[in-house]
Amino acid sequence: MKLELRGITKRFGSLVANDHIDMVVQPGEIRALLGENGAGKTTLMNVLYGLMQPDDGEILIDDQPVHIRSPKDAISAGIGMVHQHFMLVPVFTVAENVTLGAEPVSRLGVPQWAVRRLHLPPLSVPSPGLLDRRRARASVRELSQRFGLRVDPDAYVEDLPVGVQQRVEIIKALLRDASILVLDEPTAVLTPGETEDLFQIMRQLRESGRSIIFISHKLKEVQAIADKITVIRRGKVVAERPPTTSDAELAALMVGRSVQLRVSKQPASPGGVVLDVHDLSVPSEHGDLAVASISFEVRGGEILGIAGVQGNGQTELCEALMGLRPSTGPVLLDGTDISSATTRDRLRAGIGYIPEDRQEDGLVGGFPVADNLILDVYDRPPYAAGIVMKPDAVRKAAAQLVDEYDVRTSSVLTPAGTLSGGNQQKVVVARELSRPNKLLLASQPTRGLDVGSIEFVHSEIVKARDRGVAVVIVSSELDEIYALSDRIAVMYEGKIVGICPPDIPEEDLGLLMAGAATADGQGNGSAPQGPRADELPTAAEPAAEPRAEELGSE
Amino acid sequence: MERVTTLAAAVRAPITSERRYVAAGTFIVIGLINIVVFGLLAHAGNASFELSPSGSGVRIPVIRVPGAPVCYVLGAATIALGIARATVPFGRLGKRLAIGCALLGFLISLLCWADAGEIPLDLINLGQNTLVQSIPLILGALAGLLCERSGVINIAIEGQLLFGAFTAAIVASAFGGLWVGLIAGSLAGGLVGLLLAVLAITFLMDQIVLGVVLNVLALGMTDYFYNRLMAQNPNYNTGAAFGAIKIPGLAEIPVIGPIFFDSNIFLYITYIALIVIQVAMFHSRWGLRVRAVGEHPAAADTVGINVLWTRYRNVILGGLLAGIGGAALTIGSVGIFNEGISSGFGYIALAALIFGRWTPLGSLAAALLFGFSLELALVLPTVNPVLPAPIMNMAPYAATIIAVAGLVGKVRAPKADGQPYVKS
Amino acid sequence: MSDVPVDPIPAVPDPVPAAADPVPATAAEPGQPSESPGPVRSRARLTGVVLIQAITQGSSAVITILAIFLALVVGGVLIVFSDPIVSRAWSSFFAAPGYTLTQTWDSVSFAYSQMFEGAILNPSTVSAAFHGGSVAAIFYPISATCAQATPLILTGLSVAVAFRAGLFNIGAAGQWVGGAVVATWLGFGVSLPPVIHVIVCVIGAFVGGAVIGWFVGLLKARTGAHEVIVTIMLNYVMYDLLQYLLSHPSMLQQPHQTNQIAPFIANDANLGHVGGPPPQVGVGFLIAVAAALAVAWLLSRNTTGFQFRTVGASPSAARTAGINVERSWIVVMLLAGGLAGLSAATVIQGTNTQLTFNSYGTYGPDGITVALLGRAKPIGVVLAGLLFGALHVGGTYVEAATLGQVPADIVEVLEGLIVLFVAAPALVRAIFRLRATRGAGMEAVAKGWNG
Repeated sequence: MKLELRGITKRFGSLVANDHIDMVVQPGEIRALLGENGAGKTTLMNVLYGLMQPDDGEILIDDQPVHIRSPKDAISAGIGMVHQHFMLVPVFTVAENVTLGAEPVSRLGVPQWAVRRLHLPPLSVPSPGLLDRRRARASVRELSQRFGLRVDPDAYVEDLPVGVQQRVEIIKALLRDASILVLDEPTAVLTPGETEDLFQIMRQLRESGRSIIFISHKLKEVQAIADKITVIRRGKVVAERPPTTSDAELAALMVGRSVQLRVSKQPASPGGVVLDVHDLSVPSEHGDLAVASISFEVRGGEILGIAGVQGNGQTELCEALMGLRPSTGPVLLDGTDISSATTRDRLRAGIGYIPEDRQEDGLVGGFPVADNLILDVYDRPPYAAGIVMKPDAVRKAAAQLVDEYDVRTSSVLTPAGTLSGGNQQKVVVARELSRPNKLLLASQPTRGLDVGSIEFVHSEIVKARDRGVAVVIVSSELDEIYALSDRIAVMYEGKIVGICPPDIPEEDLGLLMAGAATADGQGNGSAPQGPRADELPTAAEPAAEPRAEELGSE
Repeated sequence: MERVTTLAAAVRAPITSERRYVAAGTFIVIGLINIVVFGLLAHAGNASFELSPSGSGVRIPVIRVPGAPVCYVLGAATIALGIARATVPFGRLGKRLAIGCALLGFLISLLCWADAGEIPLDLINLGQNTLVQSIPLILGALAGLLCERSGVINIAIEGQLLFGAFTAAIVASAFGGLWVGLIAGSLAGGLVGLLLAVLAITFLMDQIVLGVVLNVLALGMTDYFYNRLMAQNPNYNTGAAFGAIKIPGLAEIPVIGPIFFDSNIFLYITYIALIVIQVAMFHSRWGLRVRAVGEHPAAADTVGINVLWTRYRNVILGGLLAGIGGAALTIGSVGIFNEGISSGFGYIALAALIFGRWTPLGSLAAALLFGFSLELALVLPTVNPVLPAPIMNMAPYAATIIAVAGLVGKVRAPKADGQPYVKS
Repeated sequence: MSDVPVDPIPAVPDPVPAAADPVPATAAEPGQPSESPGPVRSRARLTGVVLIQAITQGSSAVITILAIFLALVVGGVLIVFSDPIVSRAWSSFFAAPGYTLTQTWDSVSFAYSQMFEGAILNPSTVSAAFHGGSVAAIFYPISATCAQATPLILTGLSVAVAFRAGLFNIGAAGQWVGGAVVATWLGFGVSLPPVIHVIVCVIGAFVGGAVIGWFVGLLKARTGAHEVIVTIMLNYVMYDLLQYLLSHPSMLQQPHQTNQIAPFIANDANLGHVGGPPPQVGVGFLIAVAAALAVAWLLSRNTTGFQFRTVGASPSAARTAGINVERSWIVVMLLAGGLAGLSAATVIQGTNTQLTFNSYGTYGPDGITVALLGRAKPIGVVLAGLLFGALHVGGTYVEAATLGQVPADIVEVLEGLIVLFVAAPALVRAIFRLRATRGAGMEAVAKGWNG
């Protein structure tokens, strides 16, 4: 099926998210849609899938215009979508999720065994909507085998690792006969090994004549898998390029200027040990351990990057270090054990914390920027004297910080929730870095930010390091880990499986992240190749598989 | 439900081990009450229980048990259960069985203590009235279930009960008889449901505030119309009520028959509602889609389910059912309408729903428990005037507080409960 | 800290712990306000945030006035319904429409004007004053309104302050009973020198209510029990407790009484009035206004108040910033309970000095409606309390003036309708087709009560 988007335009108030976008995707093509966060890629796909209506433009399938007013229309037109945030009901099983909206209905009548044994006529009527779970399971298994997407139809989605959940989403689309499959940032939650698995599946789908639109902001992946790359910037298509185009050119097209792909930093000169963690364990809600007895130390003036796919205990580790979650095991900050201190005391002891979810945990959306900037110091001078707060002092300090950290806001009194993601993060960064800290804990600090904001946050973190602060970065973006870390620790299933130097090859890091190697610091990867994902040595495949297998629990 | 509230508990639930000790401690306390309060204060001699309705064919002899010793034994058993609970790991089923046993022991001890002597305590009567008390609670909880499973919080059950009770009473008295009254009561509840739906789903009003306001309005309007119409003219409040219908055959079964198969139409409606909702919600296509809307409306939307229509439909259905529950308070019971006749039952029904983890069977169990405590509050002061009536009246409400705070672990509401669904 | 009344959302907390989201959150498209195609969870959250904001300061005074107008219209319908002459006229509407309409207008305007005269100002007293009558009599209605408003303002503050911390205090009635019980007992059971007696009773009432509120907060903090259910149930428990206490002479029942009624409290425990001959300003009213000022200061200038507001706006952000969320809940519920107790004090030591089994009346639910109408801000609560006080006084007046035809109950309905319309500004806007600004809640943040 040939897909054409002609002149698609979508506005949100004064913002033009999609500006007369033209795109043609041929059948059997993998098209990459490349753009930084906020460029309009997801909006375009939402229009294609009927979640939004375009203000202008049309969609043509096989040169016939189609009106897509809702996801139902998109599905009947043969378009399937795997969203960045999975559209799966966590408490339902895989089969229930896959067949939702197209559930097979059981029939009531003479049971099969009676038809066979007693030779009764096979009379039956469709029941009034009773679910036929057996048929649902069978459908899932059939598709699963056909395309190599291993899933257990009776597993509850909330128990599945993210990579398996993604397979469920794909099966869901295939069940509805999708000829055009849209994948929105699918690799954000995958290890390098799982990414390669996904690419294999994509190639297989392409062989079967389907087209795939692959949305990403990651240059390397796009170069690895796409047949053609469409670059979007600020709502407009700025170029179409083959995958052989250079990193620098693609990045420049994406951002509109030449970008420094990696923050420049001097080598680290670490000082004394600031953070010392011994046998830290954090229980999870399910009764097991989210973090299982890990130990590490961080010195002042160095950045420890904690790599790993989300869901391996990193979130719980950060929360435990901040006292937001109970844990066992000593945590020494500059020699003092803070493991029984409250969050407030830990902040006061000199820890800065940039939480993973800035909108939920980092900021109060309804409060003005000024109040957000003093959120953890509101009761300390000069912002307060005793129990009385001093609004003038707050406002003055806020104005200064907004200036210093280049937060784009019309006034310090604007509610923080109205700022863009990048500016919101700048507020959090400003708040945490403007204190004299011994330790900075930053979790996914540039998630969802545009390139300019990413550059800014990275340079601030490096500046903090150069001031002597011990920095711990938790990130699932390998580029970020490589760019910032002086040492890399890899977390897998609640343990630290390796602490490596920052020049470790990506495949080796990928193996560690997938749990296929252990803590000897060198990894067990066998192939000394370059970092292109599609050239991952086949040795990695069987190693990656057992883990996925056991977690997918057939 | 983020800024908009959920009713589920625990922002930071205590760690599982703490829960275990809380549960074990509660068992031990119950056991001690059995021994000390019921056992020691029971009158000497036998507690006797009547198990046959007067004038029935099959007569079961009156059961006599030594009151105090039974209490002691049950108390000791409960304490032992508590110690086991603290030391031995219990599976999910085991925990529930343990709670059930502890409650059963408590009840039996209570009854042994309550019976004050020669007149046997009529258990049949107790059972029948418990069911009558429970019907509005069960129907209210089911109504809440329909709404909340689709993602809309219904605090207005109280108002729906009240409105249904009033409308049923006045229509049955003056405008067409009992059956018309029943339908009218249901429609009244549905009307409140419609209001809730429109304001919550389309106008995005905060659902808890909305529920409270609707209840205040319902109370105000029923009070107003009671004073304007019913108080002035007794023809509008005649006290007409449905009579009992015996199910032939089933009603003759000893003990169970008179309790479960000899009541008015509302009990049978409740049976049907329970079965239909249980099957529909968990085994049918309809129920799967409703639950999807309540858990992850965006996911439902992307497969083509109409989220807003599903919610509207469920909220109105819930209102209709709650209206029937309200009608049960008047034309299914004593007949006369009084101001504020729902007396907090809507909120108890809500607690039953939460306690029952948003399932029909769970809500049924919880509602029966609350209904029993309501009935006990009425019966005990007459049988055994040791405890004053007001204190007994407190019991169901205090029980609700204990239930919500104590015995229930972390409960999980449908994930999107209370979140209005807005598309860009 | 801003001097623009930008008070944050007294949002209600999310008690369901969010599971660690395995999928990264997207940011808003740069420069785009809240309507970004981000995860639905954030979007709905933000919408909920917008709603609560719309309640507290979003919709302007215009919306409020329109809401009151709408409520009066619906109330007018009820008045018509209760007037037999007008009802009959409507049955022959098509025959004589003019007659029907004039009758309707007469009936409704009479009812409302009587309410106005009873509660605010009776023009006849003004003209009488010019002819040598009492000038003071002009102020009788207003002073009656203030007296009625006093307990409403205090329960309104109780609900409002809890609301700012994200808690629904439906239990103001139960807390009221707690305060009333203590105040009554101290009032008649203990004898103290005059001024001290008053003060002790007032403090006792505060403590009585605070204990009940503290209990609710404690349950929520320790067990996560939702305060809506706990407070409602506790209300019923307190009502029954009150009945029990009033049934035993050894407790609170007046000796030699079969009714559930307590003795009068001592005269010297009465709050009394300020300002000599009538019209007088009850000391209770002064207490209410002082409490409102104190709460306003607490919320805007006090560090603990900042904690409350942060917890109310985002418990997770508050926790991450080191604020002890559970402790805030306990303290704010204690305060809320105390305010409800003060409300009881103003009644027991003021207008109704004999506690009976239903003295609590409708102060609890009225407190909720007053708080909602006042957008949970102290100044709003005072004004809303005065409005509702006026309605109550007007209601009694109009019932007498129409000889029972328009019962005082209509006021309950009016109050409920006003709050309904106020809390659903989208509905009001839709009815009046007001131009809704995009992201109305957000822009309106800066406006506050002054529209």
